[in-house]
Amino acid sequence: MGKAFPEKLLICEHCDTVYRRRVLERGEVARCALCAAELERYHLLSVNAMLALILTAAIVFVQANLWPIVTLGLSGQHSSTTLWGVILAMWREHSQVVSVLVATTLFFFPLLKMSLLGWLLWFARGGRRAPGFVPLMVILHRLGPWTMSEVFVLGALVAIVKAHTYFDVTADPGIYAYAALTLLITIFAGVDLRQLWDEDLEPAA
Amino acid sequence: MSALPRAAELGLIACTVCGLVCRNVPGDAQLDGDGVDDAMACPRCASTLRRRKPDSFARTWALLIAAFLMYIPANVLPIMRTASLNDIDDNTIISGVVELWRAGSPNLAVIVFTASIVVPVLKFLALSVLLVSSQRGSGWARLQRAKLYRLVELIGYWSMLDVFVVALLTALVRFSVLSLVEPLPGVIFFGLTVVLTMFASMSFDPRLIWDGKDSDD
Repeated sequence: MGKAFPEKLLICEHCDTVYRRRVLERGEVARCALCAAELERYHLLSVNAMLALILTAAIVFVQANLWPIVTLGLSGQHSSTTLWGVILAMWREHSQVVSVLVATTLFFFPLLKMSLLGWLLWFARGGRRAPGFVPLMVILHRLGPWTMSEVFVLGALVAIVKAHTYFDVTADPGIYAYAALTLLITIFAGVDLRQLWDEDLEPAA
Repeated sequence: MSALPRAAELGLIACTVCGLVCRNVPGDAQLDGDGVDDAMACPRCASTLRRRKPDSFARTWALLIAAFLMYIPANVLPIMRTASLNDIDDNTIISGVVELWRAGSPNLAVIVFTASIVVPVLKFLALSVLLVSSQRGSGWARLQRAKLYRLVELIGYWSMLDVFVVALLTALVRFSVLSLVEPLPGVIFFGLTVVLTMFASMSFDPRLIWDGKDSDD
């Protein structure tokens, strides 16, 4: 077994340079002197604040999935869709690969990410490690860049402009829910979830 | 830059999953991802500790070449068919960008062009440069190459844009025979290109940029 020095040292992930860790002031970001990658930043959000953000994101996510995104109109006819409408349409149109990609990156992975974070933070709030803390933190790390809701918002914008040439386009509540979700994701992007490893939490009972 | 100690020199190793700094067991210096199963587990998160990502060069090359092979049909084949009563129109990625430009939204056309053409091409070029220079242990422009890698990681997944556009239009435009949008095989190849390039950049180990024998200056 390797011996660990969790508090004292820090190694740059991008170039393997070793640093002595020091406490960061509010707003400070530690950068690697060799490769300029970010090492660590001051934790602006408390566990409570993060949990509040995740709960908000969960509510907005439900709305973004249930409500239609846009409605097209053509000589009296109307057509609208939700995210699952998109997934099923691609499956029916013999693009199952795309259907699975859309379902995982826009539905299952974001859902998984929010559930894991909610679960871990809920227990961290009480000063405890959630049951399954270690494997769940590893899964969270592996999810990495595979949640793409923010790309979908831009995609919806492009689709609206393309459709606008031929149809009457009405933006539905779903697109606003997606926009709000993107905003929350952007706020959360600055959070280093590794801080949960360092929090002094009691092991799960 | 010799003043900065590197983990390998100090006999330390960082867990890539949880960031924990660990000391090598004395005598266990073969943590080099050489395929020999002599790796140890992180005491905190139980992930395998490795000095470098395993077979980084070979895996990244393989994924990058596979992605490039997918990128050819993705551009040549049409990605979307728009059909109306008297007209069937097959769109490739490029013709979609041109149409968007003509339809009066040059700004969005530039965004789509960037996401669908510039970003994938940049990824192919950047990763090839990173692979070749790191394999040669080159000391050339290390800081810039490190930054280039982080840029590729940051923007890579935005290429999925066009796939989502086609998917959304397919679901939306269903007015019986009057007007229909169907996905065509190009979009599948394009989706696979994006996924493969993401895997390629994930399997490249940026620490290899700094591993060469040459010194910086």
